[in-house]
Amino acid sequence: MCGIAGYFALTPRPLAPREVLGRMVEAVRHRGPDDGGVYYDGRAALGHRRLSIIDLSGGKQPLSTADGRLWVTFNGEIFNYVELRQELIERGREFRTKSDTETILNAYAEFGPQCVQSFNGDFAYALWDRANQRLVMARDRMGVRPLYYTVHEGVLVFASEVKSLFLYPGLKPELDPLGLDQTFTFWSPLAPRTAFKDIHELPPGYQLVAEHGVIKLTPYWTLRYPAREEQRRLSQGDAEAQVKALLADATRIRMRADVPVGAYLSGGFDSSATTALAKEHNDRLRTFSLEFESPELDESAYQRTLVDALRTDHSSLRCTGPDIAASFPAVIRHTERPVVRAAPAALYLLSREVRDHGFKVVLTGEGADEVFGGYDIFKEALVRRFWARQPQSKWRPLLLRRLYPYLGGLQSQPAAYLEAFFRTGLDAADDPLFSHLPRFALTRRISQFYSPELRNTINGYQPLEELRSQLPDEFATWHPLSRAQYLETRCLLPGYILSSQGDRVAMAHAVEGRFPFLDHRVVELGAALPPAMKVRGLQEKYVLRQALGRALPREIVERPKQPYRAPDSESFLHEGAPDYVGALLEPRAIARTGYFDARSVARLVTKCRATGGAVSAGDNMAFMAILSTQLLHSCYIEPLI
Amino acid sequence: MKHDISLAVRRFIGENFLFRDDGDAITHDASLLDAGIIDSTGVLELVSFLETTFGIEVQDDEMLPENLDSIRAITSYVSRKLESAKVQLVA
Repeated sequence: MCGIAGYFALTPRPLAPREVLGRMVEAVRHRGPDDGGVYYDGRAALGHRRLSIIDLSGGKQPLSTADGRLWVTFNGEIFNYVELRQELIERGREFRTKSDTETILNAYAEFGPQCVQSFNGDFAYALWDRANQRLVMARDRMGVRPLYYTVHEGVLVFASEVKSLFLYPGLKPELDPLGLDQTFTFWSPLAPRTAFKDIHELPPGYQLVAEHGVIKLTPYWTLRYPAREEQRRLSQGDAEAQVKALLADATRIRMRADVPVGAYLSGGFDSSATTALAKEHNDRLRTFSLEFESPELDESAYQRTLVDALRTDHSSLRCTGPDIAASFPAVIRHTERPVVRAAPAALYLLSREVRDHGFKVVLTGEGADEVFGGYDIFKEALVRRFWARQPQSKWRPLLLRRLYPYLGGLQSQPAAYLEAFFRTGLDAADDPLFSHLPRFALTRRISQFYSPELRNTINGYQPLEELRSQLPDEFATWHPLSRAQYLETRCLLPGYILSSQGDRVAMAHAVEGRFPFLDHRVVELGAALPPAMKVRGLQEKYVLRQALGRALPREIVERPKQPYRAPDSESFLHEGAPDYVGALLEPRAIARTGYFDARSVARLVTKCRATGGAVSAGDNMAFMAILSTQLLHSCYIEPLI
Repeated sequence: MKHDISLAVRRFIGENFLFRDDGDAITHDASLLDAGIIDSTGVLELVSFLETTFGIEVQDDEMLPENLDSIRAITSYVSRKLESAKVQLVA
């Protein structure tokens, strides 16, 4: 796992000097502090910063084939490299190292650009095929590892992080109004769009081929669900056995490393399950957790239960509001996009803790909710759909309160108003975005703070329309749960969960996250399972609980789901909050950056200060969105603090 | 009297939920829920404002859209509450 950067002249022309490559690679040194290297031949420039995990002595990059015809710079892991290497040797290919990197070169030599289909892993790479004068870039199926690019004066410039691109001569950072508008709807821009103008993200599961002066983007893998009437017939027992076997194998190949592998333990079912599976491969497993002061957010009691039951070596980090506020500017420098929650900051602090304990790799439970139907939004959508059919049902408030037992505030809200919130889009049961309309509507309340200038630039742009237009043709034939799972996997997972809350804050401290639930074989199995095996009544991830629950304490298996959250706006409004908060939110600074209306922001800040933090979810997200946008501007456009 | 209540409510909604100087953009009968101005948390803020500003007590079973979902509904609800308090005082 590493950082990459480089550039490629689409047609022969003088290339920016080698020093530029050196600077671009240096900008992602945090991703790979162990080693570095560059390749430069006048047409292509490939740079690499290395975090040594597999083949510590032989895995130096960029790496070439023996004849020097192929060169690759690669970030991530090919977890099935052992099996793939064997297959390639049997086909007559020779290996000079024990690294997974070399399997990419040999697989390409054997199969051409389509070799990407054979990789099971989390990866982003750029491969320079000198013989055919072709540059190939690819990114893993779920979007675990990042890859950004732009085209400037006939040169394709790419890197693991956007910050490297702005070190290429002539590229100037500017925030993209539509990227912001998407972020303030979906929680992140939808790839290929980013928060920066003219900077693109290679979408998950895509390959880019540049040759003969032309860039071609093609998906090599797409997430699909069976049509409603074509659901697979599968017994519960067979489903459980398949889930268990596949997850065991997904975990086994994710334990491959020449350094120790640890695990994150939240106290929830998913990370408990991955930890239990990992424990089978490492008896002295080290686990890491976050603790919070607020009982509404803290899960340390469950974490302790797990640690006792699984007997892991455990470290816990207590994360406070002041810790979050102090680290937030660095977090935004890494996320390279605004965020509507403070949760990434807590994970940034946790990865530092992991690194301080000498670990470079952690397993996490991310992905289980998307793949096996664990999010409340899925159940919420099923309840709302029930309402749409049974508008007079007296069960409404009861069902809603059962959906969110961990939200104390919600339990005390008047029934009529609780209903009203979830009524959003109830008359739009045929809308493909039905499941997500309340969340999108709530997040879009941030738009009421837009400045007139930002509003004019956006000029009536409708992010929901854009998303609807990008859905697969067969989307309408899928079961409502499958549709909701697709939207969650497409919108929130790569851009927020795996990026702002994943790769970017882990790699800030050179820690690699690995996700057994996001092994594409597991994802495909999850998509193919009948919906009733995923959400049964109001029990989420039913088949997963049945398959893996026996190895875990009962209170963990039976506890209601609690999403991971950290203290948000209140972290920035306590006495003694860092000076940057006031400096970035004061009217002159808001007017200077120009994204938001200074008077509206002043009212929001006053309101939040009066209660020591935003009271409502909408105000909370708006506060976080505005503060993080100001920080992003200050970090990349013009220093304000 | 009703005019004063309506003005105060409009100003509160403008400042507190729309974050603007006034609530001119909202018509007298517009549904605050349908317009996405007030949600289930927002209504608690509104109730707290009404109780502090007008000295009334909003009962749980009165927290209904019929009483609180438009500026007109709020105004007449608050007027009724104030009226009944006056009657009780006289009695």
